Amino acid sequence: MILFFSNIMIPMLFVIIIAYGLLRRVKVYDVFVEGAKDGFATIFNIMPTFIGLMLSIGILRVSGALDAFTRLIAPLIAPTGFPEDAVPLTLMRTVSSSAATGLLLDVYGTHGPDSFVGRFVSVMMSSTETIFYTLSLYFLAVKITKTRYTLAGALLANLVGVIASLLITEWIFGR
Amino acid sequence: MLNYIWAAFILIGIIYAVVTGNVEGLTNGALDASVEAVHLGIRMLGILCMWTGLMKIAEKSGLIEALSKKMTPAVLWLFPRLSRDSEAIPHISTNFIANILGLGWAATPPGLKAMEELQKINSDKTRASREMCMFLIVNLSSLQLVTINIIAFRAQYHSANPSEIIAPGILATLVSTVIAITFAKIMEKISTRREGGLV
Repeated sequence: MILFFSNIMIPMLFVIIIAYGLLRRVKVYDVFVEGAKDGFATIFNIMPTFIGLMLSIGILRVSGALDAFTRLIAPLIAPTGFPEDAVPLTLMRTVSSSAATGLLLDVYGTHGPDSFVGRFVSVMMSSTETIFYTLSLYFLAVKITKTRYTLAGALLANLVGVIASLLITEWIFGR
Repeated sequence: MLNYIWAAFILIGIIYAVVTGNVEGLTNGALDASVEAVHLGIRMLGILCMWTGLMKIAEKSGLIEALSKKMTPAVLWLFPRLSRDSEAIPHISTNFIANILGLGWAATPPGLKAMEELQKINSDKTRASREMCMFLIVNLSSLQLVTINIIAFRAQYHSANPSEIIAPGILATLVSTVIAITFAKIMEKISTRREGGLV
């Protein structure tokens, strides 16, 4: 049931959006092509960023430093049932979206996207945000310095997102 | 921030490799990584263009606007002190909808506008109002329903079913958002009691 919903989600969006477009007499194909150009521009703009990030994480990986870090914290993490190889990514996720993407791809490359840890990080990336960056961006824009309970709330939501992702991944796909 | 992270990764990696006597792999590792980034970008190109194309139809047909309007009752429930004709509401709705659809680049401009509007009605300009706290906490709990990037990455790494993570992702997102709203509402009650309903 849940897997069916996953599989039907994107086709369903296609149907709803195109049907609504036709109903409103939008030239759907022309507009699609116009929008696809935006995607082109986005990818070409992020390519250099991508190369830079994959480079730095590639070096960290082949040097053995990432594995060493994972081994170092493994004894602390193991009793909780949390996949050790997802720790660097989970920590980085709150700080930098692009650095997290690099680490995500590293998990896919090492374990495969259909492994337990691969599925877990996929779900986790969808249910968490780059809280530190976004908070500072939004508060700086309006010059707020007393942020009250926003950081606590954001951290809590993030933690809950991580735990929920772990439990839900285990529940749906098994370990 | 990213500058430091980036530099730290590279320097820690190289120093660690030198100390542990594992230098021979470094050059190849660096070259492979940059080539892999290009492969990935090309794969992403197709999927992202499909998505931005589809979203352009949703935007041009007025679907996104219609959805934002439908959001108003939910927004008023989250922000009971805002009046129905508050300038902040359309920006908040658009930001939520863009986040839900995973249009990060489209979510930031209305998000900043929403903050500006909330700042206009804020009594203490250096201190976050309860509306700002709620807005950001909900925002940061992640609202995204379809993470097209993650699906694209999974496809690139030969997942048998790249989109199988959509529904689990939605469930996890739902849980974190409900907790986030509950937390913000409780904090509002606590601060009202402490400060006599002023903020």
